[in-house]
Amino acid sequence: MNPEELEDLREENERLEAERARIARDGHHLNGAELHARLDRTWRRQPGLIGWLATVDHKEIGRRYIVTALIFLALGGVLSLIMRLQLARPDGHVVGAARYNELFTMHGSTMMFLFAVPIMEGVAVYIIPLMVGTRSTAFPRLNSYSYYMYLFGGLMLWVAFAFNIAPDIGWFAYTPLSGPQFSPGKRADIWAQMITFTEVSALAAAVVLVCTILKARAPGMTLSRMPLFAWAMLVVALMIIFAMPSIALCSGMLISDRLVGTQFYNHYEHGDALLWQHLFWFFGHPEVYIIFLPATGFVSVITEAFCRRPIFAYPVVVLAIISTGILAFGLWVHHMFATGLPRVGYSFYTAASMTVAIPTGLQIFCWLATMWDGRPRFQVPMLYVVGFIVTFVIGGLSGVIIAAVPLDLQLHDTYFIVAHFHYVLIGGAVFPLLGILTYWFPKITGRMMSETLGKIGFWILFLGFQLTFFPMHFAGLLGMPRRVYTYPAGMGLELPNLLSTIGAFAVATAVLLFVINGVVSYFRGALATDNPWDASSLEWATSSPPPSYNFEHIPVVASRTPLWDEKGDLPVVTGLRVDDKETLLTTVVAAIPDVREPVPEASIWPFVAACATGVFFVSSIFSPWAVPFGGIPTAIAMAAWFWPSSLKRTAEPVIA
Amino acid sequence: MMRGSGKAAASLPLLLCGCSIQHYQSTFGNAAEEARQFNTLFVIFLIVCAVMYAFVIAFLIGSIVRRRRASEANVFETGRHHATNPAMQTGLMVWGGVIGTGLIALAIASFFADRSMAQAAAHEKLSITVTANQWWWDFQYNSADVSKTLRTSNEIHLPVGVPVRIILHSNDVIHSFWVPSLAGKQDLIPGRENDISITPTKVGLYRGQCAEYCGTQHANMAFVVQVEPYADFIKWWEQGLAPARAPNAVLAKAGYQYVTTRECAMCHAIAGTTASATVGPDLTHFASNRSIAAGTLPMNQANIRRWVDDPQGVKPGTKMPKVPLAPNDLKAVVAYLETLK
Repeated sequence: MNPEELEDLREENERLEAERARIARDGHHLNGAELHARLDRTWRRQPGLIGWLATVDHKEIGRRYIVTALIFLALGGVLSLIMRLQLARPDGHVVGAARYNELFTMHGSTMMFLFAVPIMEGVAVYIIPLMVGTRSTAFPRLNSYSYYMYLFGGLMLWVAFAFNIAPDIGWFAYTPLSGPQFSPGKRADIWAQMITFTEVSALAAAVVLVCTILKARAPGMTLSRMPLFAWAMLVVALMIIFAMPSIALCSGMLISDRLVGTQFYNHYEHGDALLWQHLFWFFGHPEVYIIFLPATGFVSVITEAFCRRPIFAYPVVVLAIISTGILAFGLWVHHMFATGLPRVGYSFYTAASMTVAIPTGLQIFCWLATMWDGRPRFQVPMLYVVGFIVTFVIGGLSGVIIAAVPLDLQLHDTYFIVAHFHYVLIGGAVFPLLGILTYWFPKITGRMMSETLGKIGFWILFLGFQLTFFPMHFAGLLGMPRRVYTYPAGMGLELPNLLSTIGAFAVATAVLLFVINGVVSYFRGALATDNPWDASSLEWATSSPPPSYNFEHIPVVASRTPLWDEKGDLPVVTGLRVDDKETLLTTVVAAIPDVREPVPEASIWPFVAACATGVFFVSSIFSPWAVPFGGIPTAIAMAAWFWPSSLKRTAEPVIA
Repeated sequence: MMRGSGKAAASLPLLLCGCSIQHYQSTFGNAAEEARQFNTLFVIFLIVCAVMYAFVIAFLIGSIVRRRRASEANVFETGRHHATNPAMQTGLMVWGGVIGTGLIALAIASFFADRSMAQAAAHEKLSITVTANQWWWDFQYNSADVSKTLRTSNEIHLPVGVPVRIILHSNDVIHSFWVPSLAGKQDLIPGRENDISITPTKVGLYRGQCAEYCGTQHANMAFVVQVEPYADFIKWWEQGLAPARAPNAVLAKAGYQYVTTRECAMCHAIAGTTASATVGPDLTHFASNRSIAAGTLPMNQANIRRWVDDPQGVKPGTKMPKVPLAPNDLKAVVAYLETLK
């Protein structure tokens, strides 16, 4: 090294040292109101519309996710009411055949892709950083992009519905019905491209969650001290990463069959109609657990807080979550028992499908044992847990019934299946979701939801749900296939269908009540303290609602229930920058402080990139040329997004 | 074997007038060996599942009721929240064992039921090829003697007690062949051949329906199955082989003229006439069917007129186009179709 270079190096070193001296860090010299003011200046959203669109605050993105998904829930729910009106009596005339087919396609697609998965991601994006004690999610700009992609995909589908080009191929869009020959026009393309939007969005959210959970946990929060909801979301996010490529592949091949004349699903050209079903269900079955497992996390969170003790047999619950996540990928063929595949294979998938009942059954036991050993308080969230157990177990057991090939051959594609998956998805996921929204409402808004309205709503929902879906088991056994816009009189289907319709309106009333409760409480609810339920996890260690930077100091964790075990103040680590966005990363397993990581600034580019990608996706429905030409603005927007703003901000090692 | 025939005779007029018949399209129908096996297995599963559910609910109620007495719970308030109850640990292991045993028992029961159904498939004495179309059913009774091959649409007859192999094809999209009173369903997939075997055990009339969503008129893609004594079945087959008789009445003759030379003949076949297209259902014995347009309307003169006059109004989306017929032609066509017994 020549002296000139050495001199340069020395100068650079001096410059860096001088810069370091100017850096403000939190600690005992910087505390209280002054710390709050400085952190808030660094972390808060920039003013104006641009600031609103550019925000990368996980709490804002999470809130938007939740509100958007709830709007889609309401829209999907309205569709189901129209369908129930049509089916209230035999030979109904509320809607015609074609419209009815659009309704159930829109209902299923909206509920699966625009409500159930996104709301789980939204809740996780909001709460996970608080729960694991950090300032931000990993890749906050990707998180923002993920939300906009989801929003645009949902808007595209519903705008298409408003323009009467909604898909009418069912939410699983079997080829060749969805192919170019039997679905001319753009309806099927709208569906397939909506899938593209949501899979991009879900993959982005999954990467954000995996990295946040594995790398951003508070010091001391080892994997074995991680809250069960974080475990559930870790497994779910990994499942998304493994499942989504399969649907990306099959919907991509469908689009290419429709747009550029490939023949993947056309058997006349040596394609195969069944290929779609394999690829779709390889995604579609894990999808169900992608919706259900976060809900088991909710149940664990609520049960712990309201039974006043940690969940019984934590390792068993964690292993149950993981094994469910793995088994979920080995069951897809049970959706295809009637397609005439070899019988030996069917026996394997019967056994595999039944095996899922073991981890789920053990989890149920663990929750009940927690209640048994604890002292349950039956406030609204806990009521939803009880409703969950009573309802979900019925759905789980009917799942065991249809795992048997000889039984499934009768029940497959009947209303028995409709009953089964609504028991599993509403009982198993929506009940815990409404419980957890009630539970985290004070953290998100700073106000409590009304307990009275909540209890009334719970009972209407619980009873209305049973009235809607229990009779569907009988409708199925009495020979009613699903996805029929009408049925003849005289098959014994009149009574179950009428009951279902009445029940559906009760369910709608309860959901409306929940929304009213939420809106009224948002403005008029009792003010919430930091920890209104006296719960044990870190999200309750900060104010309600949390400040823009989440925690003044990063907390340190020494047990699974930190707020219960640390009487008084939680220990903290200090030394993160307050004049620039910075957070602490820890090691994956033991959560030992690893590096101080700069957090990206807010940026409008993820929004612009999402707009460009959206235009690209939508226009590629109409012309293959949209792919090369739509790629250009997308690439430009992404280049701007990833453009390094300054090289001086690098991750610094933690000084031990 | 003949036990059910009285009941079937009684249910026939009921079906015709569309009045209440329970179980003619029901998994509780129990009218074939396969449906009977389903019912047995279903009851076994139901009992095991009900017992498991009772355990869960009992535990749930127990833990709700117990809280009122428990002053020494292992909770945060007593400082023992990290303690676990040893009884619960034993309970967890027992519960795991109970679930495992129950599932293994059910899996074995399912496996044996599946295998015994597969064995039944080996002894079939009659084979029928089904070709599904949007939205109707084409049936062909196969025979070594080609002249005995019989084609029908939207209605089949089966001899009681005889194992039947039903071979499944599709001309367009995926459909599913399902007669719940007789057996489970099996998909008809374009480019593939599936099969299902049924051994009917009860004489009677049953309804089958497409069970895989197949487009606009999926709901109106049904068919009638008549299970009858073997002798009656053979008689029906023989009659079915006979070509359509030339009509005598003036009006029907005009209809015959129209049907065999104009639009109708472009899609439909009527044995014994020049109409021989196979795009739509075979009409040779059209009027002896119990329904029109794959279960959309009951068969009667008024409904034939409604259907021929405006198929798109009766079954929106059906592949049968509306043919603008002069009133006289319509009358004649209906009169002719009525003679196709």
